[in-house]
Amino acid sequence: MDLIAELEAEQVASLGKDIPDFKAGDTIRVGYKVTEGSRSRVQNYEGVCIARKNGDGIAGSFTVRKISFGEGVERVFPLHSTNIDSITVVRRGRVRRAKLYYLRTRRGKSARIAEDTRYKPKAGAEA
Amino acid sequence: MMRSGVIAKKVGMTRLFMEDGKQIPVTVLQLDGLQVVANRTTDKDGYTAVQLGAGSAKAKRTSRAMRGHFAAAKVEPKRKIAEFRVSPENLIEVGAEISAEHFVTGQKVDVSGTSIGKGFAGAMKRHNFGGLRASHGVSISHRSHGSTGQCQDPGKVFKGKKMAGHMGAARVTTQNLEVVKTDADRGLVFIKGAVPGSKGGWVTVKDAVKKKLPDGVPFPAALKADAAPQTEEPQVEENQVEEAQVEEAPAAEGGDE
Repeated sequence: MDLIAELEAEQVASLGKDIPDFKAGDTIRVGYKVTEGSRSRVQNYEGVCIARKNGDGIAGSFTVRKISFGEGVERVFPLHSTNIDSITVVRRGRVRRAKLYYLRTRRGKSARIAEDTRYKPKAGAEA
Repeated sequence: MMRSGVIAKKVGMTRLFMEDGKQIPVTVLQLDGLQVVANRTTDKDGYTAVQLGAGSAKAKRTSRAMRGHFAAAKVEPKRKIAEFRVSPENLIEVGAEISAEHFVTGQKVDVSGTSIGKGFAGAMKRHNFGGLRASHGVSISHRSHGSTGQCQDPGKVFKGKKMAGHMGAARVTTQNLEVVKTDADRGLVFIKGAVPGSKGGWVTVKDAVKKKLPDGVPFPAALKADAAPQTEEPQVEENQVEEAQVEEAPAAEGGDE
């Protein structure tokens, strides 16, 4: 393992994030820390994960899309961000793509994702 | 006030997540066996500086002249050597090893290195020219530099006109980069942002010339104090043998005369 990979693995371990097993197509809820003045609270953002990028390493990120007041909103979160309080999987989706960018052009019925009823957690990963 | 810089190897880039949620892009630099090889003094050389060596080179791949130079300092042969001008009170003892704590967190530094070579590059890439239009009659010259001057008067292209040519592989200094973190055990310095050169390349890091030095910076340098006599002993024996050879050579010449 080269030094950079070693440093990144160390940082991932020291951040100690509890990241569930999720992929594109899953509906997830992200608890994001928001600071207003001196007060900080946790804001929930729920939507469909349409992309996972750069793996599980320190550079990893994911995109969550939701329809807010009739307008599509996408937010990109760094996987290991210290601002993320929690990530919970609400629903497992069955999709055949790694990146669901096609959802951007769809609305309503055609933008649905079938539920993955046969989801099995990978060996070694917690549900 | 001027104190020595360091020679470092560029390891690569990564990011650090801070407690306040910020993520900082950092370049990781490594101090690899960084030792003082020689001192330059006013009486002998007319200026004061420390000569540092970093990395490790095979003795058989080092020239005999350099082997003698390293032997005089009682250090292993070094891969990279650089001099840093210092004020006379900041000279460092020959053989001392500099640690990564030489820099303190939050300090600004200037980093110099050899930029990545781009070969023969056009004016758009080399000088950020705009190029020509994609259509409206432009033919085969979409990335050309356009006009290079006026008409019969002056009738020549002025010297220094920006044109295509060799780009990169030149010494570049990036000023006022911030030191985010240091790791003395592994000899690592984390510097915010990018640093000239490729991974595995050598760079020199100095205190920023345009920023005031913060308090708590070690003078003349942060040195590694661990187990110095133990490592020096076997080296001394080798060095004595080499020194003996060096002494013999001039004696033989004298005999011929």
